[in-house]
Amino acid sequence: MTKGGPPDADPPPFPFPRVTMAEHETQPEAAPGPRSLTDLFLSFTWLALQGFGGVMAVAQRELVERKRWLTRAAFLEEWAVAQIMPGPNVMNLSLVIGGRSFGWRGALAAMAGMLTLPLLLVLVLAVAYGRFGQHPAVARALRGMGAVAAGLILAAGLRLSGGLKGHPLGGLACGALAVAAFGGVALLHWPMPFVLLGLGSAACLATYARLDP
Amino acid sequence: MAAPETFPLHGALHGWDWLQLFGHFLLLSLLSVGGALTTAPEMHRYLVLQQRWLGEAQFSSSITLAQAAPGPNILFVALLGWNLGMNSGGPLLALAGVVLALTGILLPSTIVTHLASQWGHRNRHLRPVRAFKQGMAPVVIGLMLATGWILARASQAGIPGWPLWLLTAATALLIWRTRLHVLWLLAAGALLGILGVV
Repeated sequence: MTKGGPPDADPPPFPFPRVTMAEHETQPEAAPGPRSLTDLFLSFTWLALQGFGGVMAVAQRELVERKRWLTRAAFLEEWAVAQIMPGPNVMNLSLVIGGRSFGWRGALAAMAGMLTLPLLLVLVLAVAYGRFGQHPAVARALRGMGAVAAGLILAAGLRLSGGLKGHPLGGLACGALAVAAFGGVALLHWPMPFVLLGLGSAACLATYARLDP
Repeated sequence: MAAPETFPLHGALHGWDWLQLFGHFLLLSLLSVGGALTTAPEMHRYLVLQQRWLGEAQFSSSITLAQAAPGPNILFVALLGWNLGMNSGGPLLALAGVVLALTGILLPSTIVTHLASQWGHRNRHLRPVRAFKQGMAPVVIGLMLATGWILARASQAGIPGWPLWLLTAATALLIWRTRLHVLWLLAAGALLGILGVV
């Protein structure tokens, strides 16, 4: 990892299955994951509350850089699972991470954390919007926040590209795949599931060929 | 005003309708690959155009509000349920609508994803599993950038302008390169919007 500070001085033992995929992801500076169901619930509540304009942008920062539950590469892998499976991807990410540590109870705790407080807030906001929504200042503020929210997601993508270091396909092929996925969805407006299946399966096959059995 | 009673009411939902809605969302849940907002076009077709249960403005404000509020974007579905309930009677039905809509859109996908990810984790040393997870990574990054791009364009709705692009680009650079907290930038975005700069 390029960024990681000093490895945690005294990592506690792992009381639960750690997220370790292949050799190159098992970096030592990933701290152990969530301690308890309450920890999961509160962590994901906090994560969701920072997620203006979507949680995707802050998930990487919070889970990889602050909590260090996952390395950047492991985060990318879990994110891939969250993307390819049906369901909102940040909800999927929370349930995958929760499920890793505490089975289905962990998955539910993480998802509940993600939803409960934000749901109450958004309902309050909906009621308030019913009253003040027509005010032009509100519309303009939302517009500005929308532009910032878009920038947040772009930044998360840029940051995660650091996780491709040591990828079996090499930097050039990875870059080409990312650009192709971006171009297909953003510029050519291909449906996202097709891009995932098409480019994704090509990328997986190529990776398969390069991996040690 | 966006208060429900000022919309030409698009038929209230009755018992059977709610069941139909629930069934439709259960089905959509299994098809919602690629994120919360990928189902929005289909929901629009079903709720606004076909069934006429929701007005255009109610639909689009549900999405905008869910994006402006903290939390996962899937909460726009909760707001759709809220509006459906408000159209059909009032706050109590609206709360029921929230629960129904969210449960419908989340339950099937949650079960499928949980089972699949547990299986994948138990078999994480298999070569195909590793190839899948690592192979998807570059594509996932490209899709994230695409989502940012699409949201940037959506925030331009109506009045496109370079100051908004500049704001998006500046945000991306600052978050990428510094440790500035997200909330400062959102506040700045709101302020710039109110002042009419962007």
